[in-house]
Amino acid sequence: MSAQATAALPADPAVAPAAEDELLAHFDALVAGGGTVEPRDWMPDGYRRMLVRQIAQHAHSEIIGMQPEGGWLTRAPSLHRKSVLIAKVQDEAGHGLYLYSAAETLGADRADLLEALHRGQQRASATFNHPALTWADTGAIAWLTDGAAVINQAPLCRTSYGPYARAMRRVCQEEAFHVRQGYDLMRALCEGTPEQKEMAQDAVDRWWLPAVALMFGPPDTEAGGADARTAALGAAVSRRAMAWGIKRHTNDELRQRFVDQCVPQAERLGLTLPDPAIRWNEERGHYDFTPVGWDTYREALGDDTHWARQRIERRRAAHEDGTWVREAAAAYAAREDADAARQRTEEPA
Amino acid sequence: MTTSSDIRADAAVVETAAVAVAVAETATETATETAADVLPSAAGTPAEAGPTDPDLAVHLLRLGDDALVLGQRLCEWITHAPTVEEDLALSNIALDLIGHARTLFTRCGRLDGSGRTEDDLAFTRSERQFTNALLTELPNGDFAVTVARQLAYTHYAVLYYEALAGCPDAELAAFGARAAKEAAFHRLHADRWTRRLGRGTPESTRRMQRGLERVWPYTRELFEEDDVVRRLAAAGTVPSPAPLHARWEQHVTGVVTGAGLTVPAPAWSAGGGRGGLHTEEFGPLIAELQSVHRQFPGGTW
Ligand SMILES: [Fe+2]
Ligand SMILES: [Fe+2]
Repeated sequence: MSAQATAALPADPAVAPAAEDELLAHFDALVAGGGTVEPRDWMPDGYRRMLVRQIAQHAHSEIIGMQPEGGWLTRAPSLHRKSVLIAKVQDEAGHGLYLYSAAETLGADRADLLEALHRGQQRASATFNHPALTWADTGAIAWLTDGAAVINQAPLCRTSYGPYARAMRRVCQEEAFHVRQGYDLMRALCEGTPEQKEMAQDAVDRWWLPAVALMFGPPDTEAGGADARTAALGAAVSRRAMAWGIKRHTNDELRQRFVDQCVPQAERLGLTLPDPAIRWNEERGHYDFTPVGWDTYREALGDDTHWARQRIERRRAAHEDGTWVREAAAAYAAREDADAARQRTEEPA
Repeated sequence: MTTSSDIRADAAVVETAAVAVAVAETATETATETAADVLPSAAGTPAEAGPTDPDLAVHLLRLGDDALVLGQRLCEWITHAPTVEEDLALSNIALDLIGHARTLFTRCGRLDGSGRTEDDLAFTRSERQFTNALLTELPNGDFAVTVARQLAYTHYAVLYYEALAGCPDAELAAFGARAAKEAAFHRLHADRWTRRLGRGTPESTRRMQRGLERVWPYTRELFEEDDVVRRLAAAGTVPSPAPLHARWEQHVTGVVTGAGLTVPAPAWSAGGGRGGLHTEEFGPLIAELQSVHRQFPGGTW
């Protein structure tokens, strides 16, 4: 983390237009040098917007991502697993909170962001639009989707925006624990009765595609399965995010890392990843797999399905049911503040 | 854009996940730490048989059932809470309660000579064999009912666990001290919400008062004393909860009136939970709790 460059930027956004070019040049140089941008630093509007969008989507994914596993909290088959799952879901709530706070340092408001999620104007990762149908799904989700999240998010620990990078360092550390617990859960099932192992394989069959396709975003290289036009388009977006130091690798690069990590783990578990094209490629030094083309990606999205609706509906219901509680807390806080102020004026020091 | 040191830094984090999995592979039966410091599974440690005490086993089972059943109810809130902060707070409390149940069940299985594990006790008993107080199984209701239930239980739990911390059994005393400390945080959470809702808006005041009315008839059972408890108290093994009722009443009255609310004076008092006679809503709670465990006979988790 090269923080030494941070001091170079003036902090005031209300500067004369003439100075803007200079500020932009400063900013570009800072980011290009791997420096960290802090909330009070000048930044281009596009950078701010791209960050808010990305951080909000990430925060929403943490919150919505609590649901598929949260549904199994009351049914966990041992008290140890129940504790582990409660702790995990609790961690995800914490991740959501850090990330909303990071977005707020950019001038966004958490209530507005949630409102946008509830109204369908902003989205959570489509990965969680898939249903968690059995207990083994909680293991597959933690092992595969949290595993994908670690790979996807590891580079964000060095992303150019300071508060985001710091939030991500904490998030990544916890996600790594989730992966380990998910793997451990799957191993227990694989070493259990034939029925348990069958449940584990079924969960992997259903969660592999959402993890490998959706956690990394659409294909953005031709090798990764995009046609030339969309690859160019995807690459352009990725390039801009990379130039700003928000993103560090293409989606397809990260996807390959994920496959390379999972294949040997699945082998050790004795589980089969549902992709017949997976095989070691000596020449590339990577595992080959079926490229995630746009068709596959779109199919995996599961937009506007029963589950996609269900997730948002549950969020909205919780929020609406809790309105009177939040109003009460706000009214109470306001009254306390007023009381404290009155006391200060009544009892001059 | 990406320098080689960047790649090394990434690799380090990805490595963490890979190493984590590798560690999980070697640490089958040993402690599994989590980000939230989940306690190691007591199921993994071989139980030294130790002396048996059927009365104490019955008593600890009751305490454990209270904790498990209330924890289970709180789990139902998660992802339905009024704010993400509350999802987090309620899951934190549930996690502590499940932890208490695990310690108490493990000890109970040794004391009754059956050698049953925490999971045997949680997942293979029928509804009628659960001995929690009815308060802990009351459905969540709205947030105010849950806060009222938490208020009643946590004030009791702190008092009882503090008393337990003075018992002669070192293991039990240590548990009492730890549980009292955790319950004190849960009590703070309940106290604050009682006050916020009591002094919030007219609607929240009305709901909070209604929540108190709903749960108050179920509070007396927590302090009930039967022959088992009387024998244990007489022998000085563990304290009876009965003498704590006056202090409990004093404490909760302070919180309730401080919140601008009225302490209910219920005309009747519920009971029967300690003898396995539950509400009709309890069956579905147990069915849900045990469903996966029972679906896979001989399963290992
Ligand atoms: Fe997370
Ligand atoms: Fe996670």
